[in-house]
Amino acid sequence: MNDGDLPVLRMESVRKTFGGSVVLRDVGIEVPPHTVTALIGASGSGKSTLLRCANLLEDIDDGAIWLDGEEITDPRVDQDAVRRRIGVVFQAYNLFPHMTVLENITLAPRRVHGVPRAEAEQRAVELLERLGLGGRAGEYPDRLSGGQQQRVAIARALAVRPRLLLLDEITAALDPELVGEVLNVVRDLKGDGMTMMLATHEMGFAREVADQVCFLDSGVVLERGTAEQVFGDPQHDRTRRFLRRIVEAGRL
Amino acid sequence: MSVVKDGFGRDDAGDERNEHGFPGGSPYVPSARRLERERYRRVRARRATAVAALSTLVTGVVVYLLVVSAPGWPRTRETFFNGQYAREAFPKVVEGLWLNLRLLLVCGAAVLVLGMLIAVARTLRGPVFFPLRVLAAAYTDFFRGLPLIINLMIVVLGVPALRLQGVTVDPVLLGGTALTLTYSAYVAEVFRAGIESVHPSQRAAARSLGLSNRQALRFVVLPQAVRRQVPPLLNDLVSLQKDTGLVSIGGAVDAVRAADIIVGRSLNYTPYIVAGLVFVALTIPMTRFTDWVTARMDRRRAQGGTT
Repeated sequence: MNDGDLPVLRMESVRKTFGGSVVLRDVGIEVPPHTVTALIGASGSGKSTLLRCANLLEDIDDGAIWLDGEEITDPRVDQDAVRRRIGVVFQAYNLFPHMTVLENITLAPRRVHGVPRAEAEQRAVELLERLGLGGRAGEYPDRLSGGQQQRVAIARALAVRPRLLLLDEITAALDPELVGEVLNVVRDLKGDGMTMMLATHEMGFAREVADQVCFLDSGVVLERGTAEQVFGDPQHDRTRRFLRRIVEAGRL
Repeated sequence: MSVVKDGFGRDDAGDERNEHGFPGGSPYVPSARRLERERYRRVRARRATAVAALSTLVTGVVVYLLVVSAPGWPRTRETFFNGQYAREAFPKVVEGLWLNLRLLLVCGAAVLVLGMLIAVARTLRGPVFFPLRVLAAAYTDFFRGLPLIINLMIVVLGVPALRLQGVTVDPVLLGGTALTLTYSAYVAEVFRAGIESVHPSQRAAARSLGLSNRQALRFVVLPQAVRRQVPPLLNDLVSLQKDTGLVSIGGAVDAVRAADIIVGRSLNYTPYIVAGLVFVALTIPMTRFTDWVTARMDRRRAQGGTT
């Protein structure tokens, strides 16, 4: 995982509280370029919050986050400029129901990045083809299956050629038979060298694609390592217990 | 394997520390970074307040100078902003306002109920309700299109002319009826738009739980619709409040008519200004109150976040 490059994303001592509850206590993470980092941990361990913090959708209480060496948690920074470089795919797709698939995908390229319509649409169609959604460009999101909607959401995030892709439990709302089609897309993206950080419950998938696995527990990264290390030889009692529960649930 | 003892930050959470590391466990001390960030934000907030104050002041001064330097200002001040007439008009206007307020309360309540009934009638499914749907649609079409003033004249002047037994000739009651008829049509459309703006998946989820169409509407769709319709509804209520003044065409003395009487006598327009300001003063607390209510609802529901 360490190829010496500047990490795309770096978090240091990140703390985030909601009211009285401390969700992230002291989190440090580095995501090197062209690698995949998987966040695992029990529900409520702060995986989603961590991703939301990385996209500045949440203000952090303390600590700092860097994107390509620039501190993005500095209050002087232009948050929109930061978000332009990060793609996010949400658990519930969050597609815009009043726009067609094509409009969903071309919205940001055209309105934010000023790409001419024809060019944006051509790129969108290419993305759709690649994601196995050729011919769906004119449909409205509500008429697609969950797996198709999630692939559209991925296409929407990719359309602006982000530096980093954040994937938040993107298969959690999908049928098992539809999970595969979405994970295949992620696998392909890894093949292209896309830098990604993903929160997931799909341990088998995390094991397969992740260069780095981080186990979050009570607000800290309790254990970090390659997939073999974390899944094969966990050092911490809590990690072992968590993985045992997963195995018992038949998810690994 | 790097059990995170290696590097940056203080995330070397060992098991020992973590066992009692739950919220409330290890004391948290804000870092210098956080303090600096908060200091910066405070400075920014102070600067924003200062800029707002300054720009308000400048705008105020410019507007004042513009008005005062107008060639007709002394004459205008005498006819529109005369302190003596204002003092004379104020008690009368407030007295008249009591009529406006009563009309607003009664008509407002009636309009909300009637408007909701019409809106629901328009969204009912099923062939049995066809006539009801048509009637509701015809009602809104007609009363939204009919100018209020004509509606008022027909009801306030026309109904007494029929000399029906047992039907009131009180201009206030008749005027209130006319207002209710027109505004129910407006409000019904506001409600209908709200009902239709609730995503169909919500109705599907409600029906899937076994709720009937009516229950789905009552417990799931309407609460969401009404929440979204609060600002436009308030618009209509404020508008209604002002239009209550129109019942004076039947001879009732409300705030506007009270001002009118003094103007007619003195040929000084100050009472109109007084009446206008009283109406404005009445709507502001109402607007703030609904803003507060909707903001509170949002806070309790929202996911949070910075966007």
